[in-house]
Amino acid sequence: MKTKIDLKNKYLPSEDVVARDVHGEFIIIPITSGIADSDDEIFSLNEFGRAIWEKLDGKRDLKGVASILSSRFVATAGEIENDVLGLVDELLKRKMVVKA
Amino acid sequence: MQTGSYVTRIPTDKGSLWKNSKPLLVKLDIELTERCNNNCAHCCINLPLDNQEAAKNELSTAEIKNILKEAVSLGCVTVRFTGGEPLLKEDFEELYLFSRKLGLRVFIFTNATLITPHLVDLFCRIPPLERIEISVYGMKKSSYEGVSRVSGSFEAAWRGISLLAKRRVPFVVKGALLPANKDEIEKFEKWSATIPWMDKSPQYSMFFDLRCRRDSMDKNRQIKKLRLSAEDCLKILVRRKEYYIRVMQEFCAKFMHPSGDNLFSCGSGHGVCVDAYGKIQPCLALRHPDCVYDLKKVSLKEALINYFPKMREMKAENPDYLSRCAKCFLRGLCEQCPAKSWMEYGTLDTPVEYLCECAHAQARYLGLIEEEEKAWKVDNWKERIRRFCEKEAPYHENEN
Repeated sequence: MKTKIDLKNKYLPSEDVVARDVHGEFIIIPITSGIADSDDEIFSLNEFGRAIWEKLDGKRDLKGVASILSSRFVATAGEIENDVLGLVDELLKRKMVVKA
Repeated sequence: MQTGSYVTRIPTDKGSLWKNSKPLLVKLDIELTERCNNNCAHCCINLPLDNQEAAKNELSTAEIKNILKEAVSLGCVTVRFTGGEPLLKEDFEELYLFSRKLGLRVFIFTNATLITPHLVDLFCRIPPLERIEISVYGMKKSSYEGVSRVSGSFEAAWRGISLLAKRRVPFVVKGALLPANKDEIEKFEKWSATIPWMDKSPQYSMFFDLRCRRDSMDKNRQIKKLRLSAEDCLKILVRRKEYYIRVMQEFCAKFMHPSGDNLFSCGSGHGVCVDAYGKIQPCLALRHPDCVYDLKKVSLKEALINYFPKMREMKAENPDYLSRCAKCFLRGLCEQCPAKSWMEYGTLDTPVEYLCECAHAQARYLGLIEEEEKAWKVDNWKERIRRFCEKEAPYHENEN
């Protein structure tokens, strides 16, 4: 089933993963099966991905997330919104975030 | 702004996580218990299943959880549960879940006899993210139980392995080569090649350690009897001659040189091992009192920052060691280390004769030393290694 991502939607990290900052690397570790493609994978997010992840609190919509990030990253509002949508789409497909 | 995938997948190789420096602690070993439901004569650690004194002194669930939490705070990404038999620990499931929810990968060393459908369900639902590592002691009941010395253990182990295989829980197997099973090596390897997660040949224990707590002269005598001779070890190592020589050429080019009077040329002390009773050790085998710290007095962080680095600067003082091991270029082939010295002699720097014989047997086979020659007396070792590494394999005619 295709999920439509909208800037008005709110998301939060799934309880099926743990996010950790390990020595400067921001990693997401699956707790339950079905998140990784194989049984021994973990994942990492870059600085921008991490900034988005940390704003996904289930209370703020994606438009609000993008707005906060626009003060931190040098890019147009449209570019930031596209990246927020892109990342959340990927996280949602991997079941790492859930819709609030 | 972003091109390509937003999320980077990182497979098992944990080294790829960090480009330059690593966290203070990457991997933690915890011996959940020294008790085991098998009774292998070659084992360096096992205590009887019903040893109440040992069970009473083992770390509590809360204590282990605190250790795990501190390890995570230091950057640890993998915990290895070993033993004894770790699945014997009554709170294994709770500790497993706790570790996974902290974001740790869990590496389990087991004999598989206590794997149940319930545990397999758990591993399917919440995967360990590391392949379970199973010691297999024989391909038939007589050989397996000749090693494990427990009736019914063969069926139990194979039942556990089958449960994991049917539910596709990733596992790998390793062997221990003993008189009872050493003739089954081909059969074992043929079977192990059918296991989907075995990406290389199985590893074997054959240079068996003596009791690492130095707790029984009788058991040490038994272990010595079970050790294969240096010649038998060599036969096993060279059974795939071309492969062995190719690997050794690569290995020798990197790792063969005298280590001088530095005692610790291994990775010991870069990680942390916690024994079943809350003592911190630099490696699983090294329990010399000078190298072990009590978790009640010393934190993991203190051990890693203040104690283990100093320990790694320790120098050998034994004249025998200084005249032999310190000057021997077979260091890469030889398993001599402070832990082995401790187990054999109760010191950190005594040459272990058995390991010396095994290393010299390999070196003779590879043409690095002559018959009767002692490697620590060889001055032109660099030239010999260079010649060996440049030879085209196969080159040695003396294969028996």
